[in-house]
Amino acid sequence: MRPTANRRSTARRRAGRAGQYLALLCYLVFLAFPLLWLLSTAFKPPRELATLHPTWLPEHPTWDNFRQAFDEQPLLRAAANSLLAAGGAALIAVVLATPMAYVMARRRSLLTRAATGWVVVSQAFPFVLVIIPLFLVLKRLHLINSVPGLVLVYVTWSLPFALWMLTGYVRAVPAELEEAAAVDGAGRLRTLVSVIAPLLAPGIVATALFAFITAWNEFFFALVLLKSPEKQTMPVVLTHFLGDEGVADLGPLAAASLLATLPSLVLFSVIQRRITGGMLAGAVKN
Amino acid sequence: MPRRSLLAGALAASVAAALPGCSAPRRRAADGSVTLRFQSLAWQQESIAVNRRLVKEWNAAHPKIRVEYVQGAWDGVHDQLLTSFEGGEAPDIIHDASDDLADFAYGGFLADLSGLLPRPLKDDIPDHSWQTTTFGDGVFGVPFLQEPRVIMANRTLLERARLRLPTAEAPWSWTEFEAAAERLTGDGRYGVAWPLKEPVSATLNLSLSTGGQVFHRGADGKAEVRFDAPDQEVPRVIHDQVNTARTAARSTLGMGGSDTLPGFFGGRYAMVPLGFSFRQQILQQAPEDFAWTVLPAPAGPGRDQRQGVSPQTLSIAEDCPFKEEAVAFLDFLLRPRNMVRLALGDWMLPTGRAALADPALRTKRHGWATGTALARHLRPAPAQSVRGYPEWKDKIATPAFQEYYSGAIGGGALRRKLVRDGNLVLARYQR
Repeated sequence: MRPTANRRSTARRRAGRAGQYLALLCYLVFLAFPLLWLLSTAFKPPRELATLHPTWLPEHPTWDNFRQAFDEQPLLRAAANSLLAAGGAALIAVVLATPMAYVMARRRSLLTRAATGWVVVSQAFPFVLVIIPLFLVLKRLHLINSVPGLVLVYVTWSLPFALWMLTGYVRAVPAELEEAAAVDGAGRLRTLVSVIAPLLAPGIVATALFAFITAWNEFFFALVLLKSPEKQTMPVVLTHFLGDEGVADLGPLAAASLLATLPSLVLFSVIQRRITGGMLAGAVKN
Repeated sequence: MPRRSLLAGALAASVAAALPGCSAPRRRAADGSVTLRFQSLAWQQESIAVNRRLVKEWNAAHPKIRVEYVQGAWDGVHDQLLTSFEGGEAPDIIHDASDDLADFAYGGFLADLSGLLPRPLKDDIPDHSWQTTTFGDGVFGVPFLQEPRVIMANRTLLERARLRLPTAEAPWSWTEFEAAAERLTGDGRYGVAWPLKEPVSATLNLSLSTGGQVFHRGADGKAEVRFDAPDQEVPRVIHDQVNTARTAARSTLGMGGSDTLPGFFGGRYAMVPLGFSFRQQILQQAPEDFAWTVLPAPAGPGRDQRQGVSPQTLSIAEDCPFKEEAVAFLDFLLRPRNMVRLALGDWMLPTGRAALADPALRTKRHGWATGTALARHLRPAPAQSVRGYPEWKDKIATPAFQEYYSGAIGGGALRRKLVRDGNLVLARYQR
């Protein structure tokens, strides 16, 4: 290739890459905007919140919103309850969904097809219809107004989708590995635990994350099922900063909301590497 | 809210039938003391503090009747209470708004307080306030706080325009209000901003001043929607301000009250009709040199200043095993002195006459005097006891008013939608 053509090609490539980075940057800014705005709002005094020309950075940053939020509402207790409910739900959902997904992915029968159909259909039910039977069951089990009761609800709610997700991950694991394990004398349970589960790790983590975040953000079930103030979860407590007709105590609400986003962010940042690493490992094995 | 009616129907049909005999656990301790759960919807810092302090004072003075303060939330309160009632888990003392009580009262979930309330409390609150919590023959809540709609105005702009500042004794007529908005419009500024994200209650409540009622009861007690000349006057003013005179900002039609405040502080809007309690937000958020004032809402013919309100209420659950004790707590909470403290905490008006007369609420500072002067003109919101109103509001009236105010439809189409489609909705509730 002639040097001029070579230079042109390199310049084109560089321009293309710069365009990609620019697009990525725009996308990141778009994604990060709500969070950055929330961060900025949480540190703004009331007078800076209601101005026609809002600034990105607080002109007079203050901790007052956080102080007020903590003074008015039991945020730490609510976060602990949310953590318990969401963590418990995520754990139970993946423990239950993993073997179920394995069966659904590996055993093709009328029953598994029906189960798959049911999983899809169950996602279409609105909360208000589901809550009635759930309320009845929990009442009979004396689990109204209890975090374990809420965990049960969240598991019920997230299980179908968790199952759906994990079935896809199981299908991506080559069946030849199981055959090899069988040749080596491993039973079905051993194969699942020692061969399939490690390969499924990224999928399990992603599913757990989904179940966790769904439960962490859930408001309606928590509002209806938990009566005692000491059992309320974060989304319910956040609504205590809202008045009638949507009027809000914006500063403390932003401060409390910022705290509410932290566990998800931390979890994502910790787990992200695990998911990526796991995926690459799977690719190499395949 | 469609979810509300769906949930109400579904729960009433199935949960109640499936859970016979489930009731709240009795909470009388071995020493004879009882514990009552009080779910409060107070949400502002000062208001929460006052409520908690009052509960603390009560508990200190009444060790045998302990009250547990439970923080509730306005968001989703109807659904939360409904499931609580159905499951026998309702709080003993319930804070809500009077326009949310009808379904609970007719559903038998709330205790009839008419024979339980002490005479001084009964007499202190005017009859028209009691009407907001009276359903059938029973009284199902104590109305204790209310807020009129007032006009928050930029004092500097009004003085510069040499406008007569209206008072509760000499309010503007709707025509004067239109003229004032015109005088205040110009230089990129609108005379008025109507935050009408929820246009129905604002329109209906203000329309009382022009004789508008919208809901009319027939001899058989059934409610019927009409939209006659007195009902049309206030909507016409708003429509004309937005679409003809251009003295009202079109962009604020979809806003909530708080959303208009930056424009108000920035001088983009000279006047904003808002609830009385918004003063607290203005005080907290306005620039320090911002001069503002509270004006009464415009009056109708004959200086009619009536407007509808849905007071905040305190009720007692029918399931509560200690109703007399709960009433004793209500009586304490709503003593004139305490009612004043609650009103100050919420920046609202008390319903009680004695509390209203308190000097703390008669001060000119922050517009308190204007509000207290309006108190005698406050009436039950027109839709107060109409069954099916929430559905009419959500499915028919809200979109119809939004279309009308934005100029998408005219007065004739608005009337057709509200009346013809609206009565079909109400008919389903009144068979």
